[in-house]
Amino acid sequence: MSATIQECVIISGKGGTGKTCVTASFAALSAGRAVLADCDVDAADLHLVLTPKIIESADFRSGNEAVIRREACTGCGTCAELCRFDAIHYVKRPFGKALYEVDPVACEGCGVCVRFCPAQAIAFPERLCGEWMLSETRCGPMVHACLCAAAENSGKLVATVRQEARRVAKERGLPLIITDGPPGIGCPVIASVTGADRVLVVTEPTVSGEHDLARVLQLARHFEVPTFVCVNKWDINPEMTERIEQAARKAGATVAGRIRYDRAVTAAQRAEQAVVETDAPSALDIRSVWETVCPGVR
Amino acid sequence: MIIAVASGKGGTGKTTVSANLARVRGDVTLLDCDVEEPNVHLFVSGEPQGEAEIVSILVPKVDESRCDGCAACSRFCAFKALAVLDKRVLVFTELCHGCGGCARVCPQGAIREVPKRVGVVETMRAAGVTVVQGRLDVGVAMAPPLIRAVKARIPKTGDAILDAPPGTSCPVVATLRETDFVVLVTEPTPFGLNDLKLAVAVVRELELPFGVVVNRADRSDDRVAVYCREAGIPVLAEIPDDRRVAEAYSRGELMVDALPEYRSLFQRLYADIAGQWEQAKSAACCSGVR
Repeated sequence: MSATIQECVIISGKGGTGKTCVTASFAALSAGRAVLADCDVDAADLHLVLTPKIIESADFRSGNEAVIRREACTGCGTCAELCRFDAIHYVKRPFGKALYEVDPVACEGCGVCVRFCPAQAIAFPERLCGEWMLSETRCGPMVHACLCAAAENSGKLVATVRQEARRVAKERGLPLIITDGPPGIGCPVIASVTGADRVLVVTEPTVSGEHDLARVLQLARHFEVPTFVCVNKWDINPEMTERIEQAARKAGATVAGRIRYDRAVTAAQRAEQAVVETDAPSALDIRSVWETVCPGVR
Repeated sequence: MIIAVASGKGGTGKTTVSANLARVRGDVTLLDCDVEEPNVHLFVSGEPQGEAEIVSILVPKVDESRCDGCAACSRFCAFKALAVLDKRVLVFTELCHGCGGCARVCPQGAIREVPKRVGVVETMRAAGVTVVQGRLDVGVAMAPPLIRAVKARIPKTGDAILDAPPGTSCPVVATLRETDFVVLVTEPTPFGLNDLKLAVAVVRELELPFGVVVNRADRSDDRVAVYCREAGIPVLAEIPDDRRVAEAYSRGELMVDALPEYRSLFQRLYADIAGQWEQAKSAACCSGVR
């Protein structure tokens, strides 16, 4: 079983265009031949449709955070001076000496204050950033995660989810990984698409969809990943759909189809079903996108 | 008053809420902190004010004539942005957070810091609204420094509205820190509710007063309303599910311009936010006395 594992990542640039709905449908269409990975670790939603049963989970620790030991702090202020992230603040105590405190949310864990504190008053414990899980779903195994509220390092958690998904695919001899990516073009997106075999961008025919697609296509080109584009709710603005498809082709992407505006999509979500598991009219459209993006996997 | 408009889930209508609020308010600074995908300018376009400001972070540059390959820098770097191979330092600037630690720990003084561009901040002015937007360069991972540069343009006096990025991690936190009130925009779907709960956890972690706006509201799913009631979260406004709104949005038109009947909704929303903020302020003040 040394066949190569293909990884298809679904992203969008703009949020809320229907990434997760398409991913869930792809999961159903893969008929147990794929590992599913939810890399939108900031706001994971795929589990709401695939209703996973967790079989394995682990804490995700990454990096460290600075903590000033109050009893050892002399109040010299070196730490606040050196911090580039505005994470250390002067706190005046009503009785006793002035002290400094680290705002854990702003601390990026660089360790500069720890190293250069003249009183060695700053501890540097490991930071718990979240948790990742391996689950069984009706569509196959799924690796997903949750990031602690306001935590750092979502890019690294994404990398962990992808690595675990690859491990599971290898162990079970599954040829495909279907990944639900995060919105945007920053750190967690870069962590999701680097080294993937293909990217499907789900966009919508709006001025923001068009604008964000241009940036996400640049990103895909930057990382040299073959890219497909599909326009969701295309009939909201057919002219804009045309324009987006032209722009996609011009940028070297393949147009993978159109998905119609369909209120049954929300109904499917409420029923915890993938769109293709229902008789929603748009199920046909998603099926044809799937056949273009992942031909030969059934 | 500094208002931040945020949501866990993307595409719930943050930009719609922040841009329409700014339009009905007038005389306000609207800051687009979604630097990965800034969209405000598509709805409120105006005359550019001056040149774009280039935003950089400081990254290490190694003077090879002084470097003896001791690897103090790479051992120190928490982000693996430096590596030493055959006594030579390799710098991966895309991983660098710009903390400056490597330059400080180098015993030879062989590292100096040079600026690396991460994006730009642009300012526009349109009918009483000053729009400030950050635009991250494509391929750059680090959004927070650019968000901080956008927020540096919050006026000292007067009102500001911040359009936050989606999600719950560093870019959102960088946006919400030190704001006065957070508006969380959601939609009445399971995804909307799930991500609203995540966003609520972040706002509570930051100890900021907040309320919810339900976008694309329809009567068939009341789970968001029930959750807000049970969690004691004020629902500030409901924007109905109206296909005309979606179509106007798709063309880049502001709701209050395309469909003037919605003006009063946003005027009331602004007044409500101001009222909630006053309440939160006096509550915080009382708890300080006790």
